[in-house]
Amino acid sequence: MSMPFYVAPEQIMKDRADYARKGIARGRALVAVRYDSGIALVAENPSNTLRKISEIYDRIAFAGVGKYNEFDQLRVAGVRAADLKGFQYSRDDVDARSLANNYAQILGQIFTHEMKPMEVEILVAEVGVTPDGDQLFHILYDGTVVDEISFSVLGGDAEAISARMDTAEGASQTLEAAVQAATAALSGPDRTLAATDLEVAVLSRLNGRRCFKRLSDDAVAAALTA
Amino acid sequence: MSMPLFPIGADPGSSFPELLKRVGLAPSLDGVGELAVPHATTCVALRFADGVVMAGDRRATSGNLISHRGMEKVVQADQHSGVAIAGAAGPAMEMIKLFQLQLEHYEKVEGTALSLEGKANQLSMMVRSNLPAAMQGMVVVPIFAGFDLRRSNGRLFTYDVTGGRYEEHDYVATGSGMLHAGTVIKIGWRDGLDRDAAVSLACRGLWEAADADSATGGVDALRGIYPVVATITADGWSRLHDDELSGVFETIISEVRSR
Repeated sequence: MSMPFYVAPEQIMKDRADYARKGIARGRALVAVRYDSGIALVAENPSNTLRKISEIYDRIAFAGVGKYNEFDQLRVAGVRAADLKGFQYSRDDVDARSLANNYAQILGQIFTHEMKPMEVEILVAEVGVTPDGDQLFHILYDGTVVDEISFSVLGGDAEAISARMDTAEGASQTLEAAVQAATAALSGPDRTLAATDLEVAVLSRLNGRRCFKRLSDDAVAAALTA
Repeated sequence: MSMPLFPIGADPGSSFPELLKRVGLAPSLDGVGELAVPHATTCVALRFADGVVMAGDRRATSGNLISHRGMEKVVQADQHSGVAIAGAAGPAMEMIKLFQLQLEHYEKVEGTALSLEGKANQLSMMVRSNLPAAMQGMVVVPIFAGFDLRRSNGRLFTYDVTGGRYEEHDYVATGSGMLHAGTVIKIGWRDGLDRDAAVSLACRGLWEAADADSATGGVDALRGIYPVVATITADGWSRLHDDELSGVFETIISEVRSR
């Protein structure tokens, strides 16, 4: 009779984390940054149809990097949870914090109990009625939730991109400045990203009930040259 | 509330009503019986050069009592469509709420909005699923109108209690004042009406319905209550402001007075 090998729990967790990190690092990064009337989400994504950024609810957006089918499953679950909550209670009761907690539960559960962790990093962003209400929740593959203040970077090479973002002006900048800063941070010093390489959306306080809006390539190009 | 995740075979897809059934929240009106509930009355919609105009009076009645003076029976369904209802107010409002949610839910899950045809069919299924309640007197008969972005024209749909869906070419009216309002619009309708002419024709239809039908509310100048009138064009839904409507009705009043 063969005996299973003993593997220390520390080792199992470390292996899983390495596996998830490697999967995430293969994809391209995404930056969310606050500006004067909301939150801009800028992703490096050459595809015009497979989205990394999408709408969850009136004031809430979702962004994911890593394995597409995995974060898309989470996105749809988020839309369902939000629509159900809005139907059952009221539209005002749907908030990013509780969605972020739900996501953290799912990711944490899968990380500890399943063979394969999810190779995703996700962001739940909520635009407040006033700038003080803006929220960015960054959720990692193991269910760790980070509440970020003025910007958030997801995906491969996040540390270098964050270092480049640190010089940004903060929440008082214009949309154009925010998109430019995010694009410069994503591209780094050695290359330039054109509007067609980017997927950009905003959660704007000025958009009425549904704050989420995608920016067309033309609008992104105009913002980059403004 | 935990996040709804489903195994592959049991996934509700982009349907919000299916999702409600899966999680046990589907609204049910079985066994309501023959109750006296508020009824909503006259609504009209007509096509004009740039799209459609929808209009509805504001009165809800319970038998011969006015139960509500400010009800809004013409509501936006999504960016390019609207729905108007006549019938039992409670189930109708619930149906509209569910319909609006379904259109938005589909758009978010699928990443693209339903076609106008798809939206009309979706509403047809909702009216059909209300049939058991309709048999007990909770009849809901909506009008659906919108701007078809694929064909670049305005389109109108009317329904019967069984969910039957009929596309109307020029105009449509529903509710207790439908005969009066419909006749006025039928006589006044011309192909390629401009926006102002279409709005004033819709208002004229409601005016005559309110004049002859006790369940249809007229302009309530004392309380400043005007019918809900909205246009849907390529630019989307736009509800007319009461100031503009007061002008339209002033003109109608002076015309009627000079007869």
